[in-house]
Amino acid sequence: MPTSNDLPPQTRGLTAIAGAMSLIVILLIVQIWLLSAALESFLSGKLHTALPAAVFSGVMFLICLGLYAFVDRVDSEVRGSGNGR
Amino acid sequence: MTWLRRGSSEPLWKEEFPVRTADERYVTRRQLTKFLVLTSLGMFVGNIWILIRSIFYKAPIYGHQPVAQLGEIPVGGVKLFSYPSKDDHCILIRTAEDEYVGYSQKCTHLSCAVYYSQAENRLECPCHKGFFSIKDGAVLQGPPSRPLPRIVLEARGEQLVAIEVKG
Repeated sequence: MPTSNDLPPQTRGLTAIAGAMSLIVILLIVQIWLLSAALESFLSGKLHTALPAAVFSGVMFLICLGLYAFVDRVDSEVRGSGNGR
Repeated sequence: MTWLRRGSSEPLWKEEFPVRTADERYVTRRQLTKFLVLTSLGMFVGNIWILIRSIFYKAPIYGHQPVAQLGEIPVGGVKLFSYPSKDDHCILIRTAEDEYVGYSQKCTHLSCAVYYSQAENRLECPCHKGFFSIKDGAVLQGPPSRPLPRIVLEARGEQLVAIEVKG
Protein backbone atom coordinates (compact mmCIF):
# COMPACT_ATOMS: atom_id res chain seq x y z
CA MET A 1 0.00 0.00 0.00
CA PRO A 2 1.53 3.34 -1.01
CA THR A 3 2.20 5.84 1.79
CA SER A 4 2.48 9.61 1.61
CA ASN A 5 6.27 9.25 1.54
CA ASP A 6 6.00 7.42 -1.81
CA LEU A 7 4.33 10.43 -3.44
CA PRO A 8 6.48 12.93 -5.30
CA PRO A 9 7.46 16.01 -3.23
CA GLN A 10 5.39 18.27 -5.49
CA THR A 11 2.18 16.34 -4.82
CA ARG A 12 2.86 16.27 -1.09
CA GLY A 13 3.55 19.98 -1.12
CA LEU A 14 0.33 20.73 -2.96
CA THR A 15 -1.65 18.62 -0.48
CA ALA A 16 -0.07 20.48 2.43
CA ILE A 17 -0.88 23.84 0.82
CA ALA A 18 -4.49 22.81 0.16
CA GLY A 19 -4.80 21.71 3.81
CA ALA A 20 -3.32 24.96 5.13
CA MET A 21 -5.56 27.07 2.89
CA SER A 22 -8.62 25.12 4.04
CA LEU A 23 -7.65 25.82 7.65
CA ILE A 24 -7.27 29.53 6.89
CA VAL A 25 -10.74 29.59 5.30
CA ILE A 26 -12.25 27.87 8.37
CA LEU A 27 -10.52 30.31 10.72
CA LEU A 28 -11.74 33.21 8.61
CA ILE A 29 -15.35 31.99 8.82
CA VAL A 30 -15.01 31.75 12.63
CA GLN A 31 -13.54 35.28 12.70
CA ILE A 32 -16.42 36.68 10.65
CA TRP A 33 -18.88 35.05 13.03
CA LEU A 34 -16.93 36.38 16.03
CA LEU A 35 -16.97 39.93 14.65
CA SER A 36 -20.71 39.86 13.98
CA ALA A 37 -21.40 38.39 17.43
CA ALA A 38 -19.18 41.01 19.12
CA LEU A 39 -20.94 43.78 17.20
CA GLU A 40 -24.40 42.46 18.09
CA SER A 41 -23.32 42.21 21.70
CA PHE A 42 -21.90 45.74 21.71
CA LEU A 43 -25.05 47.18 20.15
CA SER A 44 -27.22 45.46 22.74
CA GLY A 45 -25.17 47.06 25.53
CA LYS A 46 -23.13 44.05 26.63
CA LEU A 47 -19.66 45.55 26.65
CA HIS A 48 -17.81 42.74 28.47
CA THR A 49 -17.72 40.47 25.39
CA ALA A 50 -15.49 42.81 23.36
CA LEU A 51 -12.20 41.87 25.08
CA PRO A 52 -12.40 38.05 24.72
CA ALA A 53 -13.66 38.47 21.16
CA ALA A 54 -10.69 40.69 20.28
CA VAL A 55 -8.21 38.30 21.95
CA PHE A 56 -9.55 35.23 20.14
CA SER A 57 -9.70 37.12 16.85
CA GLY A 58 -6.05 38.14 17.34
CA VAL A 59 -5.04 34.54 18.07
CA MET A 60 -6.82 33.37 14.93
CA PHE A 61 -5.13 36.07 12.88
CA LEU A 62 -1.72 34.95 14.19
CA ILE A 63 -2.53 31.34 13.27
CA CYS A 64 -3.55 32.52 9.78
CA LEU A 65 -0.27 34.42 9.53
CA GLY A 66 1.67 31.29 10.53
CA LEU A 67 -0.23 29.24 7.97
CA TYR A 68 0.54 31.86 5.32
CA ALA A 69 4.25 31.61 6.13
CA PHE A 70 3.92 27.83 5.81
CA VAL A 71 2.11 28.09 2.44
CA ASP A 72 4.71 30.59 1.21
CA ARG A 73 7.59 28.30 2.16
CA VAL A 74 6.05 25.11 0.78
CA ASP A 75 4.96 26.88 -2.41
CA SER A 76 8.52 28.08 -2.97
CA GLU A 77 9.81 24.54 -2.45
CA VAL A 78 7.18 23.09 -4.81
CA ARG A 79 8.06 25.63 -7.48
CA GLY A 80 11.71 24.79 -6.98
CA SER A 81 11.13 21.07 -7.46
CA GLY A 82 8.61 21.33 -10.33
CA ASN A 83 6.65 23.76 -12.42
CA GLY A 84 3.37 23.76 -10.43
CA ARG A 85 1.74 27.10 -9.61
CA MET B 1 5.63 45.69 -50.90
CA THR B 2 5.50 42.76 -48.51
CA TRP B 3 7.37 44.77 -45.87
CA LEU B 4 4.22 46.88 -45.36
CA ARG B 5 2.11 43.85 -44.42
CA ARG B 6 2.01 42.57 -40.90
CA GLY B 7 2.84 38.93 -40.24
CA SER B 8 -0.23 37.99 -38.18
CA SER B 9 -3.92 38.82 -37.99
CA GLU B 10 -3.48 40.31 -34.48
CA PRO B 11 -3.95 44.08 -34.11
CA LEU B 12 -0.75 46.06 -34.19
CA TRP B 13 -1.09 47.20 -30.56
CA LYS B 14 -1.23 43.56 -29.42
CA GLU B 15 1.97 42.79 -31.23
CA GLU B 16 3.68 45.80 -29.72
CA PHE B 17 2.34 45.17 -26.20
CA PRO B 18 2.18 41.39 -25.88
CA VAL B 19 0.40 41.23 -22.52
CA ARG B 20 -1.13 37.82 -21.87
CA THR B 21 -4.51 38.62 -20.31
CA ALA B 22 -5.07 35.10 -18.99
CA ASP B 23 -1.73 35.19 -17.18
CA GLU B 24 -2.48 38.65 -15.81
CA ARG B 25 -5.75 37.44 -14.32
CA TYR B 26 -4.26 34.25 -12.88
CA VAL B 27 -4.34 34.23 -9.09
CA THR B 28 -1.64 32.13 -7.51
CA ARG B 29 -2.06 30.19 -4.28
CA ARG B 30 0.22 32.63 -2.53
CA GLN B 31 -1.84 35.62 -3.70
CA LEU B 32 -5.09 33.99 -2.59
CA THR B 33 -3.62 33.07 0.79
CA LYS B 34 -2.30 36.60 1.21
CA PHE B 35 -5.78 37.97 0.46
CA LEU B 36 -7.34 35.60 3.00
CA VAL B 37 -4.82 36.59 5.67
CA LEU B 38 -5.42 40.29 4.98
CA THR B 39 -9.16 39.64 5.38
CA SER B 40 -8.36 37.95 8.68
CA LEU B 41 -6.42 41.06 9.70
CA GLY B 42 -9.46 43.15 8.77
CA MET B 43 -11.66 41.03 11.06
CA PHE B 44 -9.14 41.46 13.87
CA VAL B 45 -9.03 45.24 13.35
CA GLY B 46 -12.84 45.26 13.45
CA ASN B 47 -12.80 43.48 16.81
CA ILE B 48 -10.18 45.90 18.12
CA TRP B 49 -12.41 48.80 17.02
CA ILE B 50 -15.34 47.33 18.96
CA LEU B 51 -13.05 46.87 21.98
CA ILE B 52 -11.92 50.52 21.83
CA ARG B 53 -15.53 51.67 21.52
CA SER B 54 -16.43 49.50 24.53
CA ILE B 55 -13.58 50.92 26.64
CA PHE B 56 -14.47 54.52 25.87
CA TYR B 57 -18.21 53.98 26.01
CA LYS B 58 -20.06 56.59 28.05
CA ALA B 59 -23.56 55.81 29.22
CA PRO B 60 -25.91 58.49 27.89
CA ILE B 61 -27.65 60.77 30.35
CA TYR B 62 -31.38 60.94 29.75
CA GLY B 63 -33.61 63.81 30.65
CA HIS B 64 -37.12 63.48 32.03
CA GLN B 65 -39.87 64.18 29.56
CA PRO B 66 -43.66 64.04 29.96
CA VAL B 67 -45.10 61.86 27.19
CA ALA B 68 -48.80 61.61 27.98
CA GLN B 69 -51.50 62.32 30.49
CA LEU B 70 -52.75 59.35 32.49
CA GLY B 71 -55.98 58.14 30.92
CA GLU B 72 -55.28 60.09 27.74
CA ILE B 73 -55.28 56.95 25.63
CA PRO B 74 -57.78 54.06 25.96
CA VAL B 75 -56.76 50.51 26.95
CA GLY B 76 -55.19 48.94 23.85
CA GLY B 77 -54.53 52.37 22.40
CA VAL B 78 -51.20 53.84 21.40
CA LYS B 79 -49.52 57.21 21.31
CA LEU B 80 -46.39 58.10 19.41
CA PHE B 81 -43.79 60.35 20.95
CA SER B 82 -40.10 61.20 20.61
CA TYR B 83 -37.54 60.43 23.29
CA PRO B 84 -34.74 61.23 24.17
CA SER B 85 -34.28 63.39 21.06
CA LYS B 86 -36.92 64.45 18.55
CA ASP B 87 -35.43 62.01 16.02
CA ASP B 88 -35.91 58.99 18.32
CA HIS B 89 -39.47 57.94 17.69
CA CYS B 90 -41.15 55.83 20.35
CA ILE B 91 -44.47 54.15 20.89
CA LEU B 92 -46.51 54.23 24.08
CA ILE B 93 -49.10 51.50 24.59
CA ARG B 94 -51.70 51.21 27.30
CA THR B 95 -51.85 47.47 27.90
CA ALA B 96 -54.21 47.50 30.89
CA GLU B 97 -56.23 49.99 32.96
CA ASP B 98 -53.16 51.12 34.89
CA GLU B 99 -50.35 49.64 32.81
CA TYR B 100 -48.34 51.48 30.18
CA VAL B 101 -45.30 50.36 28.21
CA GLY B 102 -43.05 52.35 25.94
CA TYR B 103 -40.60 51.15 23.31
CA SER B 104 -38.40 52.62 20.66
CA GLN B 105 -40.27 52.45 17.38
CA LYS B 106 -37.12 51.62 15.46
CA CYS B 107 -36.88 47.92 14.59
CA THR B 108 -33.51 46.49 15.68
CA HIS B 109 -33.17 44.73 12.33
CA LEU B 110 -33.18 47.50 9.69
CA SER B 111 -34.79 50.41 11.56
CA CYS B 112 -38.30 50.21 10.08
CA ALA B 113 -41.01 51.65 12.32
CA VAL B 114 -42.78 48.99 14.37
CA TYR B 115 -46.51 49.22 15.14
CA TYR B 116 -48.76 47.70 17.76
CA SER B 117 -51.00 44.85 16.66
CA GLN B 118 -53.88 44.78 19.10
CA ALA B 119 -55.26 41.53 17.67
CA GLU B 120 -51.98 39.68 18.28
CA ASN B 121 -50.97 41.81 21.28
CA ARG B 122 -47.44 42.32 20.00
CA LEU B 123 -45.30 44.84 18.21
CA GLU B 124 -44.81 44.09 14.55
CA CYS B 125 -42.33 45.30 11.98
CA PRO B 126 -44.03 45.42 8.56
CA CYS B 127 -40.78 45.27 6.58
CA HIS B 128 -39.53 41.76 7.37
CA LYS B 129 -42.18 40.41 9.76
CA GLY B 130 -40.17 40.84 12.91
CA PHE B 131 -42.41 40.47 15.98
CA PHE B 132 -41.65 41.75 19.47
CA SER B 133 -43.20 40.91 22.81
CA ILE B 134 -45.35 43.63 24.34
CA LYS B 135 -44.15 42.63 27.84
CA ASP B 136 -40.42 43.21 27.49
CA GLY B 137 -39.74 43.96 23.83
CA ALA B 138 -38.08 40.57 23.28
CA VAL B 139 -37.92 39.14 19.77
CA LEU B 140 -40.71 36.64 19.15
CA GLN B 141 -40.07 35.97 15.50
CA GLY B 142 -38.23 37.21 12.46
CA PRO B 143 -34.81 38.52 11.56
CA PRO B 144 -34.19 40.98 14.45
CA SER B 145 -31.67 39.56 16.92
CA ARG B 146 -31.97 42.20 19.65
CA PRO B 147 -35.00 43.29 21.67
CA LEU B 148 -36.56 46.70 21.23
CA PRO B 149 -35.09 49.37 23.53
CA ARG B 150 -37.57 49.95 26.35
CA ILE B 151 -38.56 53.40 27.57
CA VAL B 152 -38.74 53.48 31.35
CA LEU B 153 -41.89 55.33 32.38
CA GLU B 154 -42.91 56.87 35.66
CA ALA B 155 -46.26 58.22 36.76
CA ARG B 156 -45.93 61.70 38.27
CA GLY B 157 -49.28 63.03 39.33
CA GLU B 158 -51.46 62.96 36.25
CA GLN B 159 -48.50 62.75 33.91
CA LEU B 160 -46.59 59.85 32.46
CA VAL B 161 -42.92 60.74 32.29
CA ALA B 162 -40.16 59.01 30.28
CA ILE B 163 -37.01 58.84 32.39
CA GLU B 164 -34.63 56.39 30.69
CA VAL B 165 -34.00 54.11 27.71
CA LYS B 166 -32.96 50.54 28.48
CA GLY B 167 -31.47 48.11 25.99
